[in-house]
Amino acid sequence: MYVMNIEVNTAMKFRTVKRHFREGSKNIWRNGWMTVASAGAVTTTLVLVGAFLALMINLNQIATNIEEDVEIKVLLELTVDEAAIETVGDKIDKIPEVSSVNFSSKEDELANLIESMGEEGNSWELFEQDNPLNDAYVIKTEDPLDTIDVAERIEDLDEVQEVNYGKDVVQNLFRFNELARNIGLVLIIGLIFTAIFLISNTIKITIMARQKEIGIMKLVGATNGFIRWPFFVEGLLLGVLGSVIPIAVIVTGYHYATNNISALTQFAFVELLPFNPFAWQLSLIILAIGAIIGVWGSVMSVRKFLKV
Amino acid sequence: MIDMQEVYKTYPNGVTALNGIDVKIESGDFVYVVGPSGAGKSTFIKLIFREEKPSKGTILVNNKNLHKMKWKDVPFLRRDIGVVYQDFKLLPKMTIYENVAFALEVIEETPKNIRKRVMEVLDLVGLKNKARFIPDELSGGEQQRVAIARAIVNYPKLLIADEPTGNLDPDTSWEIMRILEDINASGTTVIMATHSKEIVNTIKKRVIAIEGGLIVRDEHRGEYGYEI
Repeated sequence: MYVMNIEVNTAMKFRTVKRHFREGSKNIWRNGWMTVASAGAVTTTLVLVGAFLALMINLNQIATNIEEDVEIKVLLELTVDEAAIETVGDKIDKIPEVSSVNFSSKEDELANLIESMGEEGNSWELFEQDNPLNDAYVIKTEDPLDTIDVAERIEDLDEVQEVNYGKDVVQNLFRFNELARNIGLVLIIGLIFTAIFLISNTIKITIMARQKEIGIMKLVGATNGFIRWPFFVEGLLLGVLGSVIPIAVIVTGYHYATNNISALTQFAFVELLPFNPFAWQLSLIILAIGAIIGVWGSVMSVRKFLKV
Repeated sequence: MIDMQEVYKTYPNGVTALNGIDVKIESGDFVYVVGPSGAGKSTFIKLIFREEKPSKGTILVNNKNLHKMKWKDVPFLRRDIGVVYQDFKLLPKMTIYENVAFALEVIEETPKNIRKRVMEVLDLVGLKNKARFIPDELSGGEQQRVAIARAIVNYPKLLIADEPTGNLDPDTSWEIMRILEDINASGTTVIMATHSKEIVNTIKKRVIAIEGGLIVRDEHRGEYGYEI
């Protein structure tokens, strides 16, 4: 009888890695309906998570678009001369939060006004001789949330007659956006936790049915790692399998939404993130969540049956 | 091979299974463990491969002190011990081949050696043609032989069999005994718990009788000694 090399090696051999992957994939088939149950739990929760993520990220984007449209119009005193206009411009430029300063002379202002009024605007052309409008600066801030603060500081300048930025509207808009973002974040975190709980629980139940098998493996001399690895692979595959349908749903749904959004709403600022790359990025996120939760649920559930 | 000194075992539920066991089993021995049900035979056996830990006393198996052994070292102890369980303990979703191969995959044997050796032992227990079946598709006797095949596939130094002939018809029982004797002849220590008077009295070996958690008799070429 020949003697086999029964060596004890701490590092896993490559053939064993292969064995774990083979064994993990086989388990997907061996466990039949248990696999369907686990992958089903992944599927349902990820469809929810995906749809919600798509909605929240887009709403956030829309809010950001609106905020970025907010600008401050600084109307200068009618009496200011060229030099004063310069100094005010410099002062405004020195405010650190300000990102862009554009001068608009009273002539420009009138031209804009006439243009915006269309046909009726022609009657305003009379004022070209004696322009009643103010010279103005149009200002944007780096962070739209600084608008109010910056506007108040500019208002204090001597040469400034008036500052317009739609005070009440802007304040309400910002407050609403912040609230919406926070609620969305809480909902997403809550949803992901629910998903983790639901999925790992389903996986735990299916693994509980295999408690005996795990015990047998230990009695035959398998180390914990040796038993755990196929479960790791199995969990990974479960997660990936479970995210196939959610990704398909999200990609088709989003494709439909981006193509039809302009027909559904007349507001120009309601613009969805472009299908490419957003739909693919979202798919990747869903896949990652599925894989991580699958592995986590699987490995965690095995852990407590290993003490044999 | 095995050296137990003053070994006691009380289970958490208060049942005392062993009450001070002293025994030495040398390498290459063939030992029957006999005694009435509930006398402590199974506990005695479970202590050897550390399915249970003693409440008191020292156990040396293969020169390893089981009392000091860490959890992570237990699998390595078990690789030197082949165990045939009363309830077989086969993996239900794996084929016969995969069940036997598992004991070799655990020690990271090469696929080539695994194939060769698994078919060799399946041939030895006469189940070569059932390699692709799953345990449920086999009879009790056949499952018993699969369990034996798995227990001996990695050339263990020690083979433990807990009533390997229980529930089997006489013919199959004698066949299994022939296999165990062959394994013993090749140098493996064999410990077998049994209720079979016929086997013990026919194939004469060392007999250890356990009653009430104590060894009441230990004789070479002994008799079964109980009336059924």
